[in-house]
Amino acid sequence: MTRDEIRSAFIEELIRIAPDLDPDNISGDDHLLDDLELDSMDILNLVSALHEKLGVSVPELDYPRLETPDKAVDYLAGKLG
Amino acid sequence: MQRLSRTLHPYHAWQTPAPTGCASQFKGAHVVWETIKKSAADKANASLPDPDAARKTFTWQEARESLDGLPGGGLNIAYEALDRHVAAGRGDTLAIRWLGQHGETLDLTYDDVLKGASKFANILAAHGIGKGDRLFSMMGRTPDLYFAALGTLRAGAVFTPLFSAFGPEPVRTRMEIGEASALITTESIYRRKIAEWRRDIPSLKLVLITGDDAPEDCVALAPEFDKAPDRFDPVKTGPEDMALIHFTSGTTGRPKGVVHVHEAVVTHAATGRGALELRLGTIYWCTADPGWVTGTSYGIIAPLVNGVSMIVDEAEYNLDRWYSTLEREKIEVWYTAPTAIRMMMRAGREAAQGYDFSALQFLASVGEPLNPEAVVWGNEVFGRPFHDNWWQSETGGIMIANTAAMDIRPGSMGKPLPGIEAGIVDTEAEGDALRECADGEVGELALRPGWPSMMRAYLNEEARYNKVFRDGWYLTGDLAMRDAAGYFWFIGRADDLIKSSGHLIGPFEVESALIEHDAVAEAAVIGIPDETAGEVVKAYVVLNPGQDATEDLERDLRGHARKRLGPAVAPREIVFRESLPKTRSGKIMRRLLKAREMGLPEGDISTLETDEK
Repeated sequence: MTRDEIRSAFIEELIRIAPDLDPDNISGDDHLLDDLELDSMDILNLVSALHEKLGVSVPELDYPRLETPDKAVDYLAGKLG
Repeated sequence: MQRLSRTLHPYHAWQTPAPTGCASQFKGAHVVWETIKKSAADKANASLPDPDAARKTFTWQEARESLDGLPGGGLNIAYEALDRHVAAGRGDTLAIRWLGQHGETLDLTYDDVLKGASKFANILAAHGIGKGDRLFSMMGRTPDLYFAALGTLRAGAVFTPLFSAFGPEPVRTRMEIGEASALITTESIYRRKIAEWRRDIPSLKLVLITGDDAPEDCVALAPEFDKAPDRFDPVKTGPEDMALIHFTSGTTGRPKGVVHVHEAVVTHAATGRGALELRLGTIYWCTADPGWVTGTSYGIIAPLVNGVSMIVDEAEYNLDRWYSTLEREKIEVWYTAPTAIRMMMRAGREAAQGYDFSALQFLASVGEPLNPEAVVWGNEVFGRPFHDNWWQSETGGIMIANTAAMDIRPGSMGKPLPGIEAGIVDTEAEGDALRECADGEVGELALRPGWPSMMRAYLNEEARYNKVFRDGWYLTGDLAMRDAAGYFWFIGRADDLIKSSGHLIGPFEVESALIEHDAVAEAAVIGIPDETAGEVVKAYVVLNPGQDATEDLERDLRGHARKRLGPAVAPREIVFRESLPKTRSGKIMRRLLKAREMGLPEGDISTLETDEK
């Protein structure tokens, strides 16, 4: 998968969990909790959805590495690498 | 990693829509889990070394006398929390160590907090906010919030905290009901959630914005704070003067403003000692947000009144941050919540390895029942078991608890604290009289009114207030049972309220927001079991004619609800139905939806008129 594909997969799952977000207004450095206002249950659901979609397991200790779309793409690309 | 399963936890088999009235002998999981015994040393070190003896001798009068009272008479929570310690020479003791989101640390002594609160009281007074006026807060955990809470009480005004992740709709409703005079919030929250309808709250005189700048018609806090004098004599309040309003959800109708008075501090002080082991200098961390009642009663008042040094973490839950905080700050008493504990459990024991938790003396949990696995897990990972306790917004403070000297029966909420009489009653008995259930029978958990932090009213809702008292009991709305040893066990809610991540959510408020959407004709909202959050909100929706039940519409509806209500309250799942199960009088039978969702018997459906399709 290319980085662009990973990014669009990430954004797609993010929007599925938080459909109040407008994909055009999400920037790469938006913090999921502080800027996009997800809560911890949303994050759990997001991790679960990413696992289903990409087959990537994200251990609990790595959750902070998903805290912005840019960081998440880096992390997922590394895992898929 | 483990898959994030959404399977039914065995524990949730308890949370069935049980019938009211004393149900037959309850066979719960409590028989399976081994009791956690306390050592003689544990007992000797406890605030209440012999809880049964304390229950016999305790009087609220004595608890009142352990506080100072205002010089010249009267009682003020802020005075008991701050001035008392400064007057006793403890002004230099650390009151709050604030951990900022980005790694900053700020230490505030009792003297510092007293000055901050006094400055805040002066700001309120300068803007004409005084006795009986209501200040709402909606902000993160920063020092300003603590100054605001205590400064408001000091000024004789009423402190009303709101959860900062609420969407605009719940905030507006609560500020209308509470007739807010003043609000403290951040610029971001104000612009996104409040500015649009601010003019519609005629009572609102002052909006304080944290930081240096403020939008039009608002006042920036920082410049005012800098110039305000740091002395302010507490306004002379009496024990029965209104101090706090906490909003709680109802099954039907609007949220209820639960009114507490300054005398509540007597309960906060006594239960902080008895149920949480708070003493002078204890290093204490309450993870609850002051936007909820736990974060005020036990995240501000009880710890400060007892002279502890408390940790306030601005950030949200993060496993590594939490474990590091416990270790680095040498937390001795930790009060947290089941959802957070279950998130830690998810990460496994390995994630906790390498940390030194040896400073921990006492662990407690509240918000929803703590499953027995979590109690035992705490014992294995932290070397101490979690002590579950029970209370609610209406009770103002902890009522039933596993205290330090008590052996723990994992899964039980413990026994009534000294000064509290609890019972299990049959509310379906004939007439006004309630029958007390025998040990082992399921009924409604009830308390004998009379402790100092009992609510004094639901704001402007006398009928709803009167409805919760019967035959000399306060009815809690929780179903429970007492075992032969006197331990209480939570069974489920007697009504349709949803407990998600420790927050009580009223289905009506969620349904109302859904119905506002053009596509929606009817909605029913229930809680479905969730391994981590206890329950999550699920909605059943009937669409208007001409609307198609598509995935896009499902998302659009969830997005709509999240915008109005915020993520904690909005449904995580929406399903479409052609019709909803209703009684002859047109009432939606949420209970039936829930029974079906959980694969349980449907119970009495004699009043069912139209069924779910």
